[in-house]
Amino acid sequence: MTEFSRRGLLKTGAAASVLAATGMPAVAMAKRGGTLRLGLNGANSSDTWDGRTHSDAFMINSAHGCVFDCLTEVGADGTLKGELAESWEASADAKTWTFNLRKGVTFHNGKSFGADDVIESLEMHTAEGAKSAAKPIVAAITEMKKMGEHQIQFTLAAGNADFPFLLSDYHILMFPAGMIEEGIAKGIGTGLYSVVSFDPGVRFVGKRVEGHYKGDSAGFFDSVEYIAINDSTARMNALMTGQVDAVNRVDTKTEALLKANPNVAIFEVTGNQHFTFPMLTNNAPFDNVNVRKALKYGINRQEMVDKILQGHGAVGNDHPIGPANQYYASELPQLEYDLDKAKFYMKEAGLTEINVDLSASDAAFTGAVDAAQLYQSSAKGAGININVVQEPADGYWSNVWLKKPWCACYWSGRATEDWMFSTAYESGVPWNDSYWENARFQELLLSARAELDSAKRKEQYTEMQSLMSQEGGTIVPMYANYVDAASTKLANTGTIGNLWQMDSSRMAERWWFA
Amino acid sequence: MGSLLRIVGQRLALGFLTLVVVSFVIFVAVNAMPGDFAQAILGQGYTEEAGDAIRKEVGLDKPYFVRYFSWLGAALQGDFGTSFAQASFTAYAGTGTGSGLGTVAAQLAPRFENTMFLATVAATIAVPVSLVLGLLAALYRNTIFDRVVNIFTLSSISSPEFFMAYILILLLAVLNPLLPSLSNIFDGMSFADRLNRTLLPALTLTLIVTAHMMRMTRAAIINLLASPYIEMARLKGISPMRVIVVHALPNALAPIINVVALNLAYLITGVVVVEVVFVYPGIGQLFVDAVKNRDIPVVQACCLIFAGAYILLNLTADVMSILSNPRLRHPK
Repeated sequence: MTEFSRRGLLKTGAAASVLAATGMPAVAMAKRGGTLRLGLNGANSSDTWDGRTHSDAFMINSAHGCVFDCLTEVGADGTLKGELAESWEASADAKTWTFNLRKGVTFHNGKSFGADDVIESLEMHTAEGAKSAAKPIVAAITEMKKMGEHQIQFTLAAGNADFPFLLSDYHILMFPAGMIEEGIAKGIGTGLYSVVSFDPGVRFVGKRVEGHYKGDSAGFFDSVEYIAINDSTARMNALMTGQVDAVNRVDTKTEALLKANPNVAIFEVTGNQHFTFPMLTNNAPFDNVNVRKALKYGINRQEMVDKILQGHGAVGNDHPIGPANQYYASELPQLEYDLDKAKFYMKEAGLTEINVDLSASDAAFTGAVDAAQLYQSSAKGAGININVVQEPADGYWSNVWLKKPWCACYWSGRATEDWMFSTAYESGVPWNDSYWENARFQELLLSARAELDSAKRKEQYTEMQSLMSQEGGTIVPMYANYVDAASTKLANTGTIGNLWQMDSSRMAERWWFA
Repeated sequence: MGSLLRIVGQRLALGFLTLVVVSFVIFVAVNAMPGDFAQAILGQGYTEEAGDAIRKEVGLDKPYFVRYFSWLGAALQGDFGTSFAQASFTAYAGTGTGSGLGTVAAQLAPRFENTMFLATVAATIAVPVSLVLGLLAALYRNTIFDRVVNIFTLSSISSPEFFMAYILILLLAVLNPLLPSLSNIFDGMSFADRLNRTLLPALTLTLIVTAHMMRMTRAAIINLLASPYIEMARLKGISPMRVIVVHALPNALAPIINVVALNLAYLITGVVVVEVVFVYPGIGQLFVDAVKNRDIPVVQACCLIFAGAYILLNLTADVMSILSNPRLRHPK
């Protein structure tokens, strides 16, 4: 399997079906049976099956992970494969994409799946008044042409090599055409598990669909029961007392207690989730690149990973691309804590001391205020005086972020480099929280977007990460791991997805009772 | 009896007025909290534009007084409106509105049922236990038994609810797996199952309310034991148990009923923390959700239920104490 790179598969998706057919060797050991009970947070009494509204663990695990499918899927090992699409092909400019859909797939109500379902499901995101988080992805499609019952052609406004990748987004679920409203009300998808009962904010029960197109390669439980447990202590208790088989978001404070329990194992992955300190680079003194550099050398990143994340993370390198991204530049020189260098750049800027305010609140991320104070003490030795301003958690995102010259922030990361950069670092976008404007960066961003050649893209994205790391206005001290825990009765292939918590929300598909 | 009905009528009218005042106070308080529904829902994704759009969808763009009085007008006719989450979702989802949430009333009804179930189970355990303990403590006052009961109940009432809850989970779910630590009851569960899952939160509530009722029973009875008619009864050679149950208890009923009613109201309103700890799908959980999201219609409705429970149970207590006292029953 190693000879297929994720990008190599993109252009000729035909290989994807080969991959899916071979399956993982470990899956051969999987056993069918049992009920998977998960304790998940992020549930609300206003939850629905409408994929456009999903934003937190409970609904993503229930909808994306059980009841619904997307056109494409990112495997646990990071490879892109077909889910409801069997294969795809791009034109040379990456503007026209032809998708061949899987045949013989039926929705839970018996309706067969075809091109019309794809068109209607995608149109949901651009419907009048709809505020889907995936709107930018779908809005980039200028035309959807049904070429046959199981073939569809998309024309994009501009070339985008990541297009098949973007269609794996958990918002872009496939609903049955002509009955979208019913599909949302009852949860009618093509996924491995059909809805038995759903009580918003409380509980979801699903039953394995017999004769599902994924066959014996996935979905090993007879049924699933997802229980909403927003309170973290209650969630840990439920796992400790064996009332659920796995929980998400392990509280690192009580982690030791979980570890002491022989029936429980913690599983964690470093994904793209990262914490940041963005500076408004159009404000003094942050407009001075030497000041920014001095600040980059004044922070002790390892100390933050150890003390704020209790070791459950990895040091950042001042760019937003994480290990779950395909062009993550791990070979870039790591920014180190070096007060001499900080002093050097201050001299370059003609300064003997820097006095700045850093606004923080735990609304940004758990421990943000402590992290700011660590920064304050580590930078002090170089003559950088950081005044930590503790802001109220309520209204933090509306009153502090994007408003105060320097503050704490977090990003859950994005599946593709282009998506991440164009969300928060492209010139002029509303969430450009460091007012990052760099001509070379912008040029690379546009050319890499439509570049189908994997090697060239890697070069471009590496240069962009390097630019941000060296000169950018955002300090990225650390990547925070996804830390979950499961009963030792559960088994998996050994490869755990790192796009999202709980094996990229697909435990019901990839795990089994040993 | 006519006077009793008049009292009940008066109290109901007053209670109704209290509810209106409560609703106003809650409205002001929720609005005084920093942030609003739009900010809470959008989080990091907040922009002025998106915020204003949501405010418009749920009616937050109108002035305070207009909002309050239009809510009050509808509520007086029994319509508690639609939650902000639902209103915003309807607009958000465009065509698809199949959330099945409907109105605040429809959202609250099953939760209210669950909360009442928990309160009933807790009361069924707590009231007899505390009355019996109170009687026994009065009977064996100043003995080791009395002290132990006092120390135990007082220390459980003095600890925060979540602490008692965790202690019970540790003892009865982790160390001795007798009861489930999760109380996620749902429709279609058998009664026995439901009871089994409700037992831990009910026990927690029992520990919290027992001391108050038990101490009041004990005090009320001991107070009467000095009266001449009790002395007479004792001189007649009646057993101490009979003196207390037959002679003292009927006269001590009024204060006991009062404190029982107050604690029953607490069983309904004080469940917020307990429901969150045990993941019990009752009103308390919904209330916490709603306050976090500044979902004012839901907060209002929850508060009215809490206030209503207090008012009705207090009224019941007053009526019962009038009925238990012949002098009040037949005023001169």
